[in-house]
Amino acid sequence: VDVPAEMPLLWALRDVIGLTGTKYGCGMAQCGACTVHLDGQAVRSCSVPVSAVAGKSVTTIEGLSADGSHPLQRAWVAEQVPQCGYCQSGQIMQAASLLATTPAPTDAEIDSAMAGNICRCGTYSRIRAAIHLAAKES
Amino acid sequence: MTTSFSRREFIGAGGLALAVTALPVRRLAAVPFGASAARALAPSAFVEITSDGVVSVWVTKSDMGQGVRTALPMILADELDADWSKVQVVQADAHPRYGEMGTGGSSSVASLWDPLRKAGAQAREMLIGAAAERWSVAPSECQARNGIVEHPATGRRFGFGDLVNRAALLPVPENPKLKEPSEFRLIGTDVPGVDTRDKVTGKAGYGIDVVVPGMRYAVIARCPVFGGTMQGHDPARALAVPGVLAVIEVPSGAAVIATGTWAAMEGRKALECRWDEGPAAQLDSNTISRQLHGRALMAGALARNDGDALGIIATSRTSLDATYEVPLLAHATMEPMNCVADVRPDRCEIWAPHQAPDWAQRDVAGALGLDREQVTVHTTLLGGGFGRRFLSYELVEAAQVSRAAGMPIKLMFTREDDMQRDWYRPMSVHRMAGAVDPQGQVSGWLHRVVTPSIGDQLWPGSVKNQLDLDAVDGAVDLHYAIPNLRVEYGMISTPVPIGWWRSVYASQTCFANECFLDELAAAAGRDPLVVRQELLAHSPRHLAVLNLAAQKAGWGKAPAGRAQGIAIHHFFSDAIVAEVAEVSIEAGKVRVHKVTCAVDCGLAINPANVRYQIEGGVIYGLSAALYGEITIEKGRVKQSNFHDYPVLRMPDAPVVEVHIVPSAESPKGVGEPGLPPIAPAVANAVARLTGTRVRKLPIEV
Repeated sequence: VDVPAEMPLLWALRDVIGLTGTKYGCGMAQCGACTVHLDGQAVRSCSVPVSAVAGKSVTTIEGLSADGSHPLQRAWVAEQVPQCGYCQSGQIMQAASLLATTPAPTDAEIDSAMAGNICRCGTYSRIRAAIHLAAKES
Repeated sequence: MTTSFSRREFIGAGGLALAVTALPVRRLAAVPFGASAARALAPSAFVEITSDGVVSVWVTKSDMGQGVRTALPMILADELDADWSKVQVVQADAHPRYGEMGTGGSSSVASLWDPLRKAGAQAREMLIGAAAERWSVAPSECQARNGIVEHPATGRRFGFGDLVNRAALLPVPENPKLKEPSEFRLIGTDVPGVDTRDKVTGKAGYGIDVVVPGMRYAVIARCPVFGGTMQGHDPARALAVPGVLAVIEVPSGAAVIATGTWAAMEGRKALECRWDEGPAAQLDSNTISRQLHGRALMAGALARNDGDALGIIATSRTSLDATYEVPLLAHATMEPMNCVADVRPDRCEIWAPHQAPDWAQRDVAGALGLDREQVTVHTTLLGGGFGRRFLSYELVEAAQVSRAAGMPIKLMFTREDDMQRDWYRPMSVHRMAGAVDPQGQVSGWLHRVVTPSIGDQLWPGSVKNQLDLDAVDGAVDLHYAIPNLRVEYGMISTPVPIGWWRSVYASQTCFANECFLDELAAAAGRDPLVVRQELLAHSPRHLAVLNLAAQKAGWGKAPAGRAQGIAIHHFFSDAIVAEVAEVSIEAGKVRVHKVTCAVDCGLAINPANVRYQIEGGVIYGLSAALYGEITIEKGRVKQSNFHDYPVLRMPDAPVVEVHIVPSAESPKGVGEPGLPPIAPAVANAVARLTGTRVRKLPIEV
């Protein structure tokens, strides 16, 4: 894509490429709604300029699985996590990054990894449960 | 299952006529069901069954996470005896045929309970009637079940789709027979959310995701001071930003129009504006607070007066006087405000994550000088609402920009715009006074509410005799049996835009009520649970909720180092919620470990969703109780984003247990009622731990 080097990855994904599953929430890495993977690591795409992703692999919620079958997505459905759902792409991408390095996280590890992702509907307890479920299933 | 912005259009007036025409009233302009579209049964505005057996249900309320896109179709589908897997949810565009579309006041399920049951039952009776005709048997010999009509005596059956042609010829029954509660199959079960799969794969369509051909992006530079206006601007530097196409003055400021969101934001940063800050330029929330406290010293308009509260308080040996205060709050929905508008000379099309598409249609039409019928409003999914998305300001702005620019526009709010251009939960001061008699019974109660009137600000002159009963909601309808009870309203006006915030004034009055009752209980040396039980002794619903929460929480048995606090509220949706918070103080910080809730919401349509809503109310209310405060300096909102307007995050989220009181009464909304009790429940626990009463939010220790 041909965009200004300093454009945040978030807006390149959403406005230019048309991948709208990644959400804008704060624009300053405070809420986690825009979380994507950069070479497998969770990053806040609102605060990563596109110049920093050259040659790297970016994974968004749309690319986490072809058909919604990632263990976390299945767990999110099983636990009925989403309410409004707006933050959940970011929550799932953050959780996927956690499970990649910590396949069986404790509550404390989950809390610590997920502390940067805000949910205003109050789904935190089900997010925690879904991460445990996905860890068990995968 | 998501159809967030349907382009279905209808021919014919109203949705209720079908009677004796073979053609359904509703035809599809863009036909998702192919040839089957002409063969449909559509006896009301809410439902259409096509010959492929698909049951489309129109949801006329906005889904902001509270689950109406699941709960409302469940009601209709249950009465219809539909096969749930064949139910397709269609989000209704704004239209008078749907009645009140505004989604607030925890009213959706309660207000549509009867109409949706009737709509489902009408269609069921017509399908059964058609089958009975075909079989030449009495309708009473036939029954509907899971998308089929069967004749049990002979084992014959038809799918719904096979019957729609014939059923559409039958008259629509005026008074179809509704099911007995024992016959419900879907209602009362934990049906998964219809949009869940889309929400975990990034496919769910929110307002911010809408793209229409030719669309450009805009942000608006607005005066940072409430009520200020633009004197002028110099667009040169903004126009030099790559991607910026134009800067156009609109009534609320200057719109920067660009090829993308980021370019528009960068353009606005570069834009030079001159403002007339207007009369609110020195506005300060500390000054407002002092005004409210001053007003609280004077009598207010009388809202309720049982017995002689002032007399008994003045003469009682045990009496107390305390003043409570709560701050301004922003809504901070996860999805910032946004709207796509496409204004043409003779029409306008709007896509928005909005709570009241009917009001939006009226307001946009009014602003553009169009007729309502010329404005189409599509409701998308909402990334949170909480009352923030009820008024049409952003939609009108988007339409104004689109008209001025002559192109479709996506108007975006940055998080900073969203937080600083909110209409806020008002600030309030509560003057409480009470008396306890020698037997330890609360004998007198004064609650003087001082807060700006939302109604008066939105509709000047609408409040008569300085008495806005909405502003004393939760105070004037106190359910405790206190013989001498006086409630006053001290009306006051401030330039701060105010509005409805989840649970509205109950978020304030319940805090004052329930904390002050604990103060009176403490003054009498009595257990706050017992005091409440006595005051609710003749209110069986309240008592059942209170006792269930206390019992499930193990009242009086807090682990060492923790304390419990209890609170109960009868919300205006007629749901009653009691909560017990288990709290400790760690490193000078309030830590809420567990919240045990009991709720009587009548019949729970989708019990899992009821639990999520109560839990959500607790978490949202806890953000406010522990952190939430908007302050104003020099006419500007000081907070701008989540770093200085913190909200609850996962490590601080308590375990929330929700227990539903079994009930066969009609359903009562649950979107808001979980919220009011949490602040006082936590504050009462904190007071037990510290020995100091909490009289101000957010809680400080």
